[in-house]
Amino acid sequence: MEQLYTKDTQAIFWNNNKTAIQRMLDYDYTIQRKTPSVAAIVAPTSGNKFEKFFYGPDEVMIPLFKTTADAKAAQPQADVLLNFASFRTAYDVTMEALEIGGFSSIMITAEGIPERLARAMNQTAREQGVIVIGPATVGAITPGAFKVANIGGTITNIVQSKLHRAGSCGLVTRSGGLFNELSNIISINADGIAEGVAIGGDRFVGSVFIDNLLRMEKNPAVKYMILLGEVGGTEEYKVIEAIKDGRITKPVIAWCIGTIAKYYDSGVQFGHAGASANAESETAEFKNKAMAEAGIHVPATFNDLPAKIKEVFESLNLDPIPEPEMNICPTVRRSKEFICTISDDRGDEATYAGFPISSVATPDTGKGIGDVVSLLWFKKQYPKWATDFIETVIKTVADHGPAVSGAHNAKVTARAGKSVVESLVTGLLTIGPRFGGAIDGAAKYFKHADDNGMDPKAFLNYMKGEGVPIPGIGHRIKSLKNPDLRVTGLMNYAKEHFPSTPLLDYARTVEALTTSKKENLILNVDGTIGILMVDMWRALGYSEEEINEFIESGTLNAFFIVGRSIGFIGHVLDEKRLAMPMYRHPMDDILYDVPMAEKI
Amino acid sequence: MAQKAIREYDAKSILAKHWDKYFPDFTYAYETVMVQNGSELKEEAKSKSWLNEKTLVAKPDMLFGKRGKNGLVLFKDAKPGDVTLEKAASWIDEKASADQSVYFSFDGDTPTGEPSIDRLTHFVVEPFTPHEQAEEYYVSATVVGDDDVIYMSAEGGMEVEEGWDEKVTEVAFPITATEEEIAEKIRANVPADVADKDKAQFAEFCIGFFKAYRELNFAYLEINPFVMQGNKIELLDMVAKLDDTAGFMMVDEWGNVEYPTAFGMEAKSPEVEAIEEADAKTGASLKLTLLKPEARIWTMVAGGGASVVYADTIADFAGIEDLANYGEYSGGPTTGETRFYAETLLDLMTREKDAQGRDKILIIGGAIANFTDVAKTFTGIIQAFEEYADKMKEVGIKIYVRRGGPNYEKGLKDIKEAADRLGLYIEVYGPETHVTDIVRMALEK
Repeated sequence: MEQLYTKDTQAIFWNNNKTAIQRMLDYDYTIQRKTPSVAAIVAPTSGNKFEKFFYGPDEVMIPLFKTTADAKAAQPQADVLLNFASFRTAYDVTMEALEIGGFSSIMITAEGIPERLARAMNQTAREQGVIVIGPATVGAITPGAFKVANIGGTITNIVQSKLHRAGSCGLVTRSGGLFNELSNIISINADGIAEGVAIGGDRFVGSVFIDNLLRMEKNPAVKYMILLGEVGGTEEYKVIEAIKDGRITKPVIAWCIGTIAKYYDSGVQFGHAGASANAESETAEFKNKAMAEAGIHVPATFNDLPAKIKEVFESLNLDPIPEPEMNICPTVRRSKEFICTISDDRGDEATYAGFPISSVATPDTGKGIGDVVSLLWFKKQYPKWATDFIETVIKTVADHGPAVSGAHNAKVTARAGKSVVESLVTGLLTIGPRFGGAIDGAAKYFKHADDNGMDPKAFLNYMKGEGVPIPGIGHRIKSLKNPDLRVTGLMNYAKEHFPSTPLLDYARTVEALTTSKKENLILNVDGTIGILMVDMWRALGYSEEEINEFIESGTLNAFFIVGRSIGFIGHVLDEKRLAMPMYRHPMDDILYDVPMAEKI
Repeated sequence: MAQKAIREYDAKSILAKHWDKYFPDFTYAYETVMVQNGSELKEEAKSKSWLNEKTLVAKPDMLFGKRGKNGLVLFKDAKPGDVTLEKAASWIDEKASADQSVYFSFDGDTPTGEPSIDRLTHFVVEPFTPHEQAEEYYVSATVVGDDDVIYMSAEGGMEVEEGWDEKVTEVAFPITATEEEIAEKIRANVPADVADKDKAQFAEFCIGFFKAYRELNFAYLEINPFVMQGNKIELLDMVAKLDDTAGFMMVDEWGNVEYPTAFGMEAKSPEVEAIEEADAKTGASLKLTLLKPEARIWTMVAGGGASVVYADTIADFAGIEDLANYGEYSGGPTTGETRFYAETLLDLMTREKDAQGRDKILIIGGAIANFTDVAKTFTGIIQAFEEYADKMKEVGIKIYVRRGGPNYEKGLKDIKEAADRLGLYIEVYGPETHVTDIVRMALEK
């Protein structure tokens, strides 16, 4: 890998650090990236599914996941992990990501990870060929391509420091604050940077100076390199070795900060945890001298570094870098209160999930209500066998006579003189766990049993343990000998048109057992609908998690609500037509048992 | 700050606490007490009968070695091994009653260099353990480069320090080495000088030692010497450092361990302790070291790296004689935290005038911040100015500011206005000025 990041690089951001992520997206917009540089956010304690961010003047949604594994499975192309976990959990997050695999680099921001953990994590990554940036770092940047979190600071500073497009310097520092400062100095005295890494201030960091400089040596965009080292450690000597043995041939400018440390005994800790000299060779002064002797360009003091950069840069006589076109991030932006992902009325004609209404409405389009449901509820174009099934369900559940509680309530309300909508919602409000809810319940429990490989007997025992009758099983009068023809119709349709019906097949084995106990314990219409819906979604390629989500969110009930609304409205209109008077329930139909209240 | 030295007593206590886990085949009596004076020792003797029954050894426990050569190990009254409780108590009181001079390096038995002079405040007392020289061994472990290294020798005490290269066997292990690999390699590398009959025992002890070093997050661990008599172990002297960043995982394992200031080091001032306390409570970073409080240049710099280059530049331009402090604030501290930090510095800075009657210099420096809000932190500094303006004017302070980053324009404008309003001398610069150039400007005046 010659270049740390490209314009296509995407990251998984561990921790929903909104400011840092927004800075990345501001950068993406400014440099006109095609995709946001953050593909997913891992937020273990959040109940949300996405977070909104600005993308220039507009907003985008970035999906949230509870685990790195889920995020990686959903966004496999994202091969950078930005680990913003605290020092307590950063190690676990890194190790888990290494186990999941598929990451080319991991950046770790926490400072003060226990040393043994930091070493183990760095070593494991190294063995797998994964580049670790940090711990205790602000990150890295490939200008014009990808920027990690907060590096470079605000978008204004980034443009000022020419970090929005590739220059010709490869920059490696320990310190994050000075990285920014150096970028600024390089933009003033040279033409900006091609790639930059702040390796981190802790004593044990993953990639060290030499790792980054050797990569930059191979990167044709890098024409010369700047290294800002620190008192303590011997990493700078590896760079000297590489220059001596010819692995580094590009010009290097370097300076080690912390020349003051020699005046004080080791009790004074200057700067980072890694900045402490244990031997003379680890002092800044000694390292600066050794680097100068090896042919590295070393200024007399840090204050002279800008002049040194100018001198070396000008001696290279590089062609000027063309300034690319860029977007300007608006400074005042307002977050949207509502989000809509199913339809859009901004154009000439309103659309359903991208389809103009006229393209699905009239009979000549060949589209039915099932197609409209699939577009507006699921944002997908379902195949004909599925939309036909949806319509079959809606038709099947439309009405079940005036005696059921929902219809009864609607009728009573209509007779009280209320309007169509008031009477309708009274009926609809009756739908729930006992009325219509068996569809949800059947889908949920049968799927659970099937997912967990329970045989019918085990399933019955399980339901006994739960203390609930099996939803979707049992009918008042119908039995195997006297079958419910609605059920037969649904099953026949599914057998003929569904690619397969695994859950229905399972449910039939359960039915065989329950009907052997009692004749009327058949799979009823609610159960059949719930179970076949699961089979439909399975055949359409939805994951088990997605199907569970449909069940949890009440999608199955929604089919019942739509269908039964047709029937309720029929009953309400019927009442209006008949002009029936206000209903009063006969008193002889009520058991009165009202004792005198006791005093307490 | 990662690696911190602990007392010998604490090192022994930690090993003793986990003895059966790491050294199941060995016994260790853990007869040791730490006291600050003779009466504390006598108090301990009421519950620890061995203090009355055995003859004793007493020595200071204050993070320095070469106690024998400094004459600070009590092991004899008239002859070796006759020290009673009474004698130990009176010796401790005597040594604790006046400043002691301690040399840290010796040429043979002759001290070299300047001694450190300080009070002795902590002593360990243990039983006198008669043993053969041949029963003394050496073992230590630490990190070298990326590896853990164990050092083993058949000889303990002074001999090993003076003949390190010939007498010590070292074995290095990568961090990912398994327990089996470690055990095998230690067994294969037992120093040749260890008697054949003791080799297996020695290896087992070292394996347990190294496992304890790794699992208990020691950064450095040395026993010099330990005495091995069959399966009975005595830890005669220990030196240890802990990786204090692992403290959150080691609450139970380490127990109540303290990180004392080394003998001869000035005790931390209350101001420094207050900053440390504030630092421990925030996700941001607040650091302060007092170098020379009477000096005239004070720094209030944001950022770990930037604070170092400011110190470097002051040393280059003015010399360290003029540098009063070193410190930094970073990682996005709140306005309140920054105010507290600034007030602590201003309080220290305004206690005395410059001895030569010059103005003092306050460098409010920093690189271009990545995410710290400059206006917000500067608001804290401005609030501190308001509190200390009169004192600052009385002492005479010139303020030089240089900073960039989020909201820096507002921060610079605010601080300039506040200083002007309060009648303080101030010069303010942004990212167009080289980060450390204000040091040059301040000193050229």
